[in-house]
Amino acid sequence: MNNKFIRGAVGFAAVSAITLSGGMAFAKDAISIAVPSFLTGGAAGPFGIPAMNGAKMVADAINAGKLPAPYNTKGFGGASATIIPLDEGGGATKQVAEYRNLVEKRNVDAVVGYISSGNCQALAPVAEELKQFTIFATCGTPRIFEEAARKYVFRTMGHATADNVAAAMYVKEKYPNLKGYTGINQNYAWGQDSWRDFDLTLKQIMPGSSPSDKTQFPKIFAGQYGSEISAMSLDKAELIHTSFWGGDLEAFIFQGNARGLFKKKIGVFTVGGTAAYRLGKKLPNGLVLGARGPYGILVRDRDTALNNWFVSTYKNLYGTYPSGPAYQYGQAILATKIAYDKAGSDATNEQLADALRGATFESFSTTIEMKLGNGHQAITENGYGITEYDAENGENVVKDVKFYPASCVLPPEGQNSVDWIKGGMKGAKC
Amino acid sequence: MFNDKTAKFILLAGLVLCIGGAFAPNWIVNQFMFGFARALAILGLMVLWRTGLVSFGHAFYFGLGAYAVAILDIELGVTDVFLRLLAGAVVAGTAGFLVGFIMRNYRDIFFAMLNTAISMVLFGIVVKTESLGSTDGFAISMSTILGFAPESKYPLFVIITLIGLTSALLVNFYLKTTVGKLTTAIRDNEIRVEYLGFSVAHAIHLKYTISTILAGGAGALMAMSLGQVDPESMINWTVSGELVFVTILSGPGNVIAPFIGSLVFEVLRTYAFELAPQAWQLIMGATFLTIIFFVPGGIWSLLEKLGGKKNAK
Repeated sequence: MNNKFIRGAVGFAAVSAITLSGGMAFAKDAISIAVPSFLTGGAAGPFGIPAMNGAKMVADAINAGKLPAPYNTKGFGGASATIIPLDEGGGATKQVAEYRNLVEKRNVDAVVGYISSGNCQALAPVAEELKQFTIFATCGTPRIFEEAARKYVFRTMGHATADNVAAAMYVKEKYPNLKGYTGINQNYAWGQDSWRDFDLTLKQIMPGSSPSDKTQFPKIFAGQYGSEISAMSLDKAELIHTSFWGGDLEAFIFQGNARGLFKKKIGVFTVGGTAAYRLGKKLPNGLVLGARGPYGILVRDRDTALNNWFVSTYKNLYGTYPSGPAYQYGQAILATKIAYDKAGSDATNEQLADALRGATFESFSTTIEMKLGNGHQAITENGYGITEYDAENGENVVKDVKFYPASCVLPPEGQNSVDWIKGGMKGAKC
Repeated sequence: MFNDKTAKFILLAGLVLCIGGAFAPNWIVNQFMFGFARALAILGLMVLWRTGLVSFGHAFYFGLGAYAVAILDIELGVTDVFLRLLAGAVVAGTAGFLVGFIMRNYRDIFFAMLNTAISMVLFGIVVKTESLGSTDGFAISMSTILGFAPESKYPLFVIITLIGLTSALLVNFYLKTTVGKLTTAIRDNEIRVEYLGFSVAHAIHLKYTISTILAGGAGALMAMSLGQVDPESMINWTVSGELVFVTILSGPGNVIAPFIGSLVFEVLRTYAFELAPQAWQLIMGATFLTIIFFVPGGIWSLLEKLGGKKNAK
């Protein structure tokens, strides 16, 4: 190694350092919002892309001042927002590295998104460490705000407990003679929490039924469920609970259909809403279908100015009806606007957090109240329906839709979900 | 061990980096930490590669190192950076030494795939065990340094740089010893090496163990700099593939190569991710193909050409 080489190497390093450190610092007539969502892999088509579409559509409308009242003011506290799309794939550790890049290198003003509970759980402490205003749009594990107090992290939709308590209540109403139930859930925070909450609630409200001892926990994104389907077909339990979502959900429906699983068993799909528009005729009739709250197919006919705008604009832009993730990302962007409108476009992370903490606002399909986790975790109503193929119009519909108020399906402030259910859901107002 | 050009360059570069890191923005420091942490594992793979062995399963040791840190943190509350590093290296090294008894009997594709198999067993166990964090993994608390809790990442960066520097010097020294020189010799003709009076099995076992200690240390440092472990990013076969990718990207020419290659990989991935959120894997793949087709000697061979020397050692 000679001097020329060393000089070359040092020069290269210097040049690259200068190039890399360019492109920072913005004035505050514009803000940048990073929106992470699954853009690659099996979860992209059914979940990540509709989510991103919803976020972009709402952000564009806000920039142009075209949302229905009371949100028809232009911009985020007057500032126009640029959406930075980001891939959520690759595992929690990679997301942590990318989140640090977002905050420390790309200097985004807000981070709004995330679908996977695993990612949210990993990122919540990092967001707090970096003091970055962050809204989780979709991810569901209740642990995020129950395990620690957060200052900069929010979630603008209900968590897994609401989905599964509501599912159990709906099951009790529809199938009062249920003897046994089993479940297939992904082996990570979301799947484990979902099954735990559903199982515990049924034990409370339907003591006559009992869980199978062979519940299934395949790995997330496994895609192949042949052996699990065989095991569940042979199981005596009449009902199958699943919190599958995205590509896993569709794979499970296809493979279960081929084996006649849903003819023999009642299927309860807490995140089934996304499949309703995508699978058409291939979606079995008679499934108990949820959308993680009042979103997507469950609220398509809800006649409010905000919802009508959301459904028709989305249909015009993307050619399909909006599913749950589109609503969830859309309302998270809306929450960002509300925080900026209140705190001003040049607000600090602290001021943005103060503005959103404990807020109540009207979203596209429902009322969002930031009531749990010290004002950081939203509560909303939650509902289920039964799928039916409407041959006349060539699309899926849901019938017997029933919504349960937030106070019925979520624990009061300060209580841990699991303890609340185990204690007989005290204080629930249904 | 300090009297050749490589050693001098390593010492000089280490000094420059440690000083430079104090003034660099956080994200650049992060890139160096991730890059240099991974480079330790690459250093070990490079030794194996020179011997003609490619392991598609070193994520096993990388993951053991990372999870050793996580479990020590959760169960015993160990936060000291040196204890964590030591734990990672010892756990992985012990496992590597034991597994080495099997591995030293295999070559080529059998060696590669047997390593993959072992790593996937660990992956399966971790994914299926809720107490090991299953798919979510664990968050790791900030490291302390001999009892003092640093405010910024800079001290950890200096430690990683110094550990990287020390490892590079040691491997550089090892490759110059007689046993160390048995790399290409074994690759070219094992029988002749045996006739010279050396045990090929022992030599490979030693190299394998060294590579696993380095991979364990790398996993531990990576876990500490990221603050998170999960099986997908630490143990899965894709991680093993990534390690091999970076080894090929770096080239086997010199112990400095893994550090440059790993850093280039980190920056490349960051920018691919930033510029093409929907097609970043495509950029990585295209780079890989370009390297294999046009620069089979890796980045190091490019640097050698730039430096105008054909055989820098």
